Amino acid sequence: MSESLVVPTMAEMLAQGTQPEVLFWVGCAGSFDDRAKKITKAFVRILNRTNVSFAVLGTEESCTGDPAKRAGNEFLFQMQAMMNIEVLNAYEAKKIVTACPHCFNTLKNEYPELGGNYEVIHHTEFLKSLIDDGRLTVEGGQFKGKKITFHDPCYLGRANKVYEAPRDLIQKLDVELVEMKRSKANGLCCGAGGAQMFKDAEPGNKEVNVLRTEDALEVQPDIIAAGCPFCNTMLTDGIKHAHKEGEVKVMDVAELIANAQDL
Amino acid sequence: MSYLDNILFAILLVVGFGFFTASVKKIIRNINLGVDVDRKDNPKARWKNMALIALGQSKMVRRPVAGILHIFVYVGFIIINIELLEIIIDGLAGTHRIFAPYLGVVYDVLIASFEILAILVIFAVTVFWLRRNFIRLKRFIHSDLKGFPKSDANYILYFETVLMILFLLMNASDLHLQNVPGAVFHKAGAFPVSQFIAPIFNGLSNELVVLLFEIFWWLHIAGILVFMNYLYFSKHLHILLAFPNTYFANLKPEGQFDNLESVTKEVKLMMDPNADPFAAAPADENAVLSKFGASDVQDLNWVQLLNAYTCTECGRCTSSCPANQTGKKLSPRKIMMDTRDRLTEVGKNIDANKGVFVPDNKTLLNDYITPEELWACTSCNACVEECPVNISPLSIIMDMRRYLVMEQSAAPMSLNAMMTNIENNGAPWQYSQQDRLNWKNEN
Repeated sequence: MSESLVVPTMAEMLAQGTQPEVLFWVGCAGSFDDRAKKITKAFVRILNRTNVSFAVLGTEESCTGDPAKRAGNEFLFQMQAMMNIEVLNAYEAKKIVTACPHCFNTLKNEYPELGGNYEVIHHTEFLKSLIDDGRLTVEGGQFKGKKITFHDPCYLGRANKVYEAPRDLIQKLDVELVEMKRSKANGLCCGAGGAQMFKDAEPGNKEVNVLRTEDALEVQPDIIAAGCPFCNTMLTDGIKHAHKEGEVKVMDVAELIANAQDL
Repeated sequence: MSYLDNILFAILLVVGFGFFTASVKKIIRNINLGVDVDRKDNPKARWKNMALIALGQSKMVRRPVAGILHIFVYVGFIIINIELLEIIIDGLAGTHRIFAPYLGVVYDVLIASFEILAILVIFAVTVFWLRRNFIRLKRFIHSDLKGFPKSDANYILYFETVLMILFLLMNASDLHLQNVPGAVFHKAGAFPVSQFIAPIFNGLSNELVVLLFEIFWWLHIAGILVFMNYLYFSKHLHILLAFPNTYFANLKPEGQFDNLESVTKEVKLMMDPNADPFAAAPADENAVLSKFGASDVQDLNWVQLLNAYTCTECGRCTSSCPANQTGKKLSPRKIMMDTRDRLTEVGKNIDANKGVFVPDNKTLLNDYITPEELWACTSCNACVEECPVNISPLSIIMDMRRYLVMEQSAAPMSLNAMMTNIENNGAPWQYSQQDRLNWKNEN
């Protein structure tokens, strides 16, 4: 990490009288969670390297309201949504990319009715489009020949039917992509969704993340690829629970791409 | 057949269909107890869903063994019911196989295919019975099904087997009577299956075989009418309701949860700098104070109630639910069964009180579904994805969570902390919004 990150804000862009090609919605996890911040930075390194004109809201960004809505607090959700929409509309945001499937789903599906109409894409779709447009080239690099399995985030996969973009990216790395017994539409949740991330699980005989990690370990991967900061946390905990942290890593797709390019 | 037979048959039909119509009316009334929701948009996509998912069974075959066996039973029942038309006309007019002379070879092909389907149905139903009672698949021995639901499932399988056996015996005795010297019945139909059963009638007097034929014929049609009327009391309503249910199912992305309109109004008012906070609420005498979320079946929308009647308790939702797989109390199937059972109870209450619901100190929440079940959901949509007829247990769970949080402030402590953080600093954790971009300069 020799070069420092260039992260313009929408306010700075506006001051210069310019509009970015895409607004990067960082999300709460991407802004504050130590593990997720690494994903954010990996994604920004790719954006910087490919000269994508982007900007963040910075201190003007606020929670999309997703966890409040899934917890049943529609009031809080709509308050958050309307505040965010005012900010986004003031900047005339058109296209939003985010590395969090929960932000992605909420911005894409639940904001339009409240007055927020944007083209919203997940960062795996965005990276895929960079490759398709020839702006980003990827070679296997350090991951060549490794065995990687992809865990479908519920709010990316089932909720929005994005299954192929992350897989296409992984396959660009000259790796062996292996599917878990439950994947794509049948993928098992990591246990974090529906605001579960912020509470203890109800009494049961196992944690959901442990069960999902068992699915992943069954295919004996070197790396479990994720596309969601919350799945990442849950699977990382699952790996620790299985005492496999020495052998198996959990990495975001953006990190795989960035690391493969030695960014 | 004598005249008396025809009259008896007509009475049987009228009584059978009369009771059935009354049941259907009750179901429609109960479904209409739900809140209105517009599902008239995009008829093209809706018809397509119905054609693919209900008629075409596309989601059933995701589990191939059960899926293919189910198609045998499904096609069997739909096709064999063509035969029902002939049976009804024969019964009313006192004729015997009235279609045969008109259809010729086509008739032989039809009867032959009915017979083959009948044997496939018996085979499939036998495997289903084994799966429930001997192989004991997890989703069929789950605690949700304790008591009547378990028996209900078996009764349906017995019913179907008996009806198919009667159909084949009817054909077999018919065939025997077509072939005896001096043929009692005229030649009609081809019988690839019942030709092997027919020899059991050898040596019996023609009078006795005619009597047996009549017994099989009457039991078969009476059995069908009884079975049709059993539907109302059973999980088996899906054979009818799967069609409207797939038509009216949600077309939006699974991740999109509805935005409560009543909340939107309030929030817009709160955020409007020109709103007069002391203004009296607009007087509307007819306005019903609606609650946020759902605590009972009347708070749910009619599609959710249609979902509840459509559920046939197959348990694919529960077997794919991450909470249920890890031993939590939540079972999406139970959410649907509870909703249906409570709706039935509310319906009976209305019947008993001359068309008005008299509060009975019970609600769907707590008396049927506990908060512990609701809070175990990860909103992962596995249940919705899995349901072969597009039922959404998740939407009911979410509406009940809304009631718990917005009407009762009864969220788990840690979730209250998360929500307080969002209110105060715009993130589920206690970090200042001013620090949102700090990551940029951290190493």
